[in-house]
Parts: sequence; C-alpha cells; structure tokens
Amino acid sequence: MQRNLNHPTIVTIEKVIDETPTVRTLVFSDDVMPTVLPGQFAMVWIPGVNELPMSVMISKESGKAAFTVRKHGPSSTGLFNVPVGGQIGIRGPYGNSFDVKEGKLLLVGGGTGLVPMMRLLSFVKPTDDVTVLMGAKSKDEVFFEDLSNELLKNNPHQVIVSTDDGSYGEKGFVTDLVEKLVSETHFDAVYVCGPEIMMYKTVQAAHAKQIFVQASLERMMKCGVGICGSCCVGEDLACRDGTVFDGGHLSKNKEFGHFHRNKAGILENY
Amino acid sequence: MKPSIATSIGQIQLDKPVMLASGILGISLDVFNRLYASGAGAVVTKSLSTVSWEGYPNPTIFSVKGGGWINAVGLSNPGASNFAKMIEPNQDVPIIVSLVGSVPEDFEMMIKEFKNCKVKAYELNLSCPHVAKVGLEVGDDPGLVKAIVSTVKNATDVPAIAKVGLGTSNYLNTVSTAIDCGIDAITAINTVRAMAIDVETQRPILSNKFGGLSGTPIKPIALRCVYEISSKYDIPIIGCGGISTWEDAIEFFLAGASGVQLGSAIGDNWVGVFDDINKGILDYMKRKNYSTIKEMVGLAKKS
Ligand SMILES: Cc1cc2nc3c(=O)[nH]c(=O)nc-3n(C[C@H](O)[C@H](O)[C@H](O)COP(=O)(O)OP(=O)(O)OC[C@H]3O[C@@H](n4cnc5c(N)ncnc54)[C@H](O)[C@@H]3O)c2cc1C
Ligand SMILES: Cc1cc2nc3c(=O)[nH]c(=O)nc-3n(C[C@H](O)[C@H](O)[C@H](O)COP(=O)(O)O)c2cc1C
Ligand code: FES
Repeated sequence: MQRNLNHPTIVTIEKVIDETPTVRTLVFSDDVMPTVLPGQFAMVWIPGVNELPMSVMISKESGKAAFTVRKHGPSSTGLFNVPVGGQIGIRGPYGNSFDVKEGKLLLVGGGTGLVPMMRLLSFVKPTDDVTVLMGAKSKDEVFFEDLSNELLKNNPHQVIVSTDDGSYGEKGFVTDLVEKLVSETHFDAVYVCGPEIMMYKTVQAAHAKQIFVQASLERMMKCGVGICGSCCVGEDLACRDGTVFDGGHLSKNKEFGHFHRNKAGILENY
Repeated sequence: MKPSIATSIGQIQLDKPVMLASGILGISLDVFNRLYASGAGAVVTKSLSTVSWEGYPNPTIFSVKGGGWINAVGLSNPGASNFAKMIEPNQDVPIIVSLVGSVPEDFEMMIKEFKNCKVKAYELNLSCPHVAKVGLEVGDDPGLVKAIVSTVKNATDVPAIAKVGLGTSNYLNTVSTAIDCGIDAITAINTVRAMAIDVETQRPILSNKFGGLSGTPIKPIALRCVYEISSKYDIPIIGCGGISTWEDAIEFFLAGASGVQLGSAIGDNWVGVFDDINKGILDYMKRKNYSTIKEMVGLAKKS
C-alpha cells in the first residue's frame, strides 16, 4: 500500500548532534522528509511521551532529514532524550512553505526558529546576496552559525549573531538589528521564524518599508491537518493555511503578535 | 422553478443543507464566519462542558492507513461560559451549540450561559465514545437521557437535537427516549469506538489508546442508522458520518435525512468541500427535476 502521510511512519534515529547544552539535532533516514519545502513541518510522535509539531531540518547526507529540538517541557525533553537507535513516528509533511525569492534576502531566526531558515538556505540561488540574522539569549545558546556560513559559501553573504546579554556577537534584541538593517539597506525579501513578538516586530518593520516579508507561525497543534481547530489565529489555521503567512495578511490579523490559545482553546495574551 | 437547496430540519431552517459537524475547527468565531462564507449551512460548535477541558495529550488524531481518521481529542474545549462570550457578537452565522455533560443540571447551567447569544439549536452530545461519564455513557443510560432531554426542553425554546452513536446498548432506544421527551431532531451518528496499534513500537498510537473512527469507512454505518431511524420514527434527522461528496449527501437525503454534517472531509479536502457539495446537490436536483430537498427525503424507502 502507498504510504499514508497522515499515519505515523516509524523511523530510527541514526545520529544525535549536540548543538548547545539544550538543543539537539536528531538525524534519520526517510523517503519523504528529506525533500520537503522550506517551512514545512511534521507531527513527531515520541511513543509513551507525546506528539509534537517540529520543523523539518536538513541533513548533509542525502536521503536523510532531521529534527532540531530544544528541551523545554516534558514533551520536547522526551524527544531530546531519544537515543541513537530509538524510534519515533512521523506524519506529514504539513503546511505551506516560504516563497523563495531572488536577490537580496534577509533571514531572521530566533532559537529553533532557525530550523526552517536552514532549509530555506538550501534553496537559495548562488547569485542571491543573503544576510542571516540569528538571535540567542547568550553565547552558549548560539547554534547553526557555522552551518549557515557553510550553506552560503558560494554566495555573497553575511551571518550576524546577536545575544541578549552581549556575550557573543552584537548585543541586544535581534529585532533592533532588523529595524536598523531594513532602514539602511534595500532587501527583496525578509523571512522570519522565532518567538512571536520577534516575528511581529520584524513583520511590522519590513511591512512599513513595503518589503516582501513572510513569517512562520507557531500554535498549539493536535492534528496538523485542519480538523481540530486548536491552531487557529483569527480566521486562519496555522497548520493548513500556514504556517507561512505574508506580512500584508498578518498585519490584518487581530491575534498575531497579541494572543495565542492554550490547550483548552482559551485565548491568552502574549 | 429554480431548485433551492434550503432545508428545514423540523423548526430549524437553513439556507444550505451541509453543516460543519461538532468538534471540527470549532473554537473561534472568525473561523465560523469563514466556514459560513465557504458554504456551510450552519456550524456546530465543539461540545462544550461546564468548565474548560484541556483534553488528552497527543497523539490525539491520525488517519488510518486504509482511509478515515481516529481521534481521541478528549472533548478539549474552553468551557461554555468563555465560549458564549466569544460568540455573543455573532449575528449572521447559524450556530448550533453542542453541549456535553453528565447530569441534567450541567445542561441547564450551560444553556443559561448562552442567553445573550443567537443560538439556532442545541445539539446534545449523547455519543462521544472516548470520554468517561459523558457522551456514550450518558446515551447508554435511558434514565439519564430522559432527564437530560426533559430538562433541556424545559430550559429553552430553542430547538434541541440529540446526537446519537453506537454504544453498548441499542442506539434506537436512545432515539425513542429522546423523542418521547420532546426532542426536535436527531443527529446520527458520532464516531465509532476504535483503535490502532503500531507494529514497530508495539504500542497503541493514541495516548488514550481508544478513540473514535470517522470519515469514509463509517459512511455505510451512518447511512444504515439514518435509514433505520427514519423507517421507525417520524423525526427530522441530520445525517453525519463519512460524508465527503455530493453523492454522499444525496444518499443521506434518500435514506431520510433533511440535512447533513461533515467533519473528516475537511481534513481530506479542506473548506472548499462545502461549496463543492452544494453545487453537486443543485446540479443533481436540476437533472432530476426536484425543486426542494424535501422532495428527496426518504425516497429510497419507496419500493
Ligand atoms: C509548526 C511548528 C514547528 C515547530 N518546530 C520546532 C522545532 O523545530 N524545534 C523545537 O524545538 N520546537 C519546535 N516547535 C515547538 C514544539 O512543538 C513544542 O511546542 C515545544 O518544544 C514545547 O514543548 P514542551 O516540551 O514545552 O511541551 P509540553 O509543555 O510538554 O506540552 C505538551 C503538550 O503541549 C503541546 N504543545 C505545547 N506547546 C506547543 C506548541 N507551541 N505547539 C504545539 N503544541 C504544543 C504538545 O503538543 C503537547 O501535547 C514547533 C512548533 C510548531 C507549531
Ligand atoms: C477531531 C474530532 C473531534 C470531534 N469532536 C466532537 C465533539 O466535540 N462533539 C461531538 O458531538 N462530536 C465530535 N466529533 C464527531 C463528529 O462531529 C462526527 O460525528 C464524526 O466525525 C463523523 O463525521 P465525519 O465522518 O464527517 O467526520 C469529533 C470528530 C473528530 C474527527
Ligand atoms: S492543528 Fe488541528 S487544525 Fe491545525
């Protein structure tokens, strides 16, 4: 029978890469996940623990994909602790993807929001001039800096790191840098994924300058296919209409940047 | 005369016969507006309880290899009072409020919460197959069904619908008890208790182990139930279970339903499914020379 993408397929973890003390990349072989579009995600079942939405990370080896997870609550810690040889279930890919534009591109990622940005980097053309802006709390939490430089080795590019405490790279919030960059330089497109406040400010800054901007939203997800309703943002369903939305669309959404819903579906302030 | 797809399910008048089933996409008024604009005749809310429920941990939904879905979301919902506040501003969308509880007082209390809302009907969930003390456990207890339906009928003039499913007792007894207590219509059916086990990890996939099967695999069962109810009782029926095309909808009309609901088809075909089905029904009516849905209801029982 043909693979049912909405049914968990079991894969075995082949390699675990420690990115920071709290972030790991788990590599596995699969027929489907290595070829997904930038921004797409999977529902990842950690048997006995939970099932979580995870952006699909690239792997340097062909036929392999990965998840990069930060240990946070019990579920993500469960995934973080899956050893080499451990099995997880994956369904998807779900969601739409970033529109890959050409020219001068700005990619902004915070924390594990960098994952879809890495896949996006694997889609840029050698002629694109790419700036990657990564935000982290402190030096310990910086990851994918080397990977970004490597993926962009044939492009005109710069990778800028900012840390909240100034322990590495530029000091301050990544959004301050975004505002500075978009006011000084012309960009053809801006892409952002990370904490929602960061995306909100980035979208506002780029949209105000009439620069094409897209953000990938995170919401509570249960089904991933547009049935359960838990991921709604205004009239949009993050899993099915997104997760990638245009800045113009987002600037009209009453909930983006202001509210999200808890597990019972109650609207809460950010 | 130009055919019309408007329909009446007893006192409930709808411009279009295909509704959103309970539990699907149901927590935001903005989403309801969108579904109404996409051609849904009405939207049924998630089943609401007296207090908010988080539901079960994931995995809560996945699709079966051969088609259809199994879910045990665990009736996660923001609670009747939070929900009522959200839909208060609504004027345009026909909203059917689904309620779930374990004693008559739960239903009475929740109906009070909706006093400032425009509610087209209440649907009483007597059939959720995967949450203890509510749903099927209520539907399987004739004394409780009697008490709940009577209480609801006394508490409001808004029409009340009983949603039934396949539990441990004969669902036709639930139907007949509800009719005796003055229920205005029946929705048939809810999901069917089911499970799936992953052979690699040798575990049930759902965190709750058991869930409810929905989608195309249950359509023949739901159709049989609608035919059975309409053959035995004179009560307006809403068909639900595995409907995803206009042919499915027509089959349910022919079996005796005056309206239909769908849920899983949204996972398979997204929100355009409402307009597709509406168009298909209209074309069929033109081709067969019907001017109202009513003319088709129960036709398969001729012979
Ligand atoms: C599209 C998408 C892509 C993501 N990609 C990544 C990624 O690449 N790497 C990464 O580390 N994290 C990613 N996340 C976040 C991740 O899914 C978890 O939300 C996060 O790891 C927090 O988990 P926890 O351990 O705190 O959950 P717990 O506190 O243990 O909570 C468990 C329950 O909450 C649910 N839950 C909690 N927060 C969320 C949330 N934001 N979205 C959905 N369900 C939630 C889980 O489904 C689960 O049922 C992504 C989220 C989304 C929506
Ligand atoms: C994810 C999900 C959640 C559901 N939640 C509810 C609910 O809260 N109340 C209810 O009466 N039925 C609920 N149902 C059952 C549906 O309303 C419907 O009866 C069933 O899915 C069969 O229709 P379908 O095959 O068109 O999906 C749910 C179904 C699904 C798939
Ligand atoms: S996760 Fe269920 S609708 Fe989006």
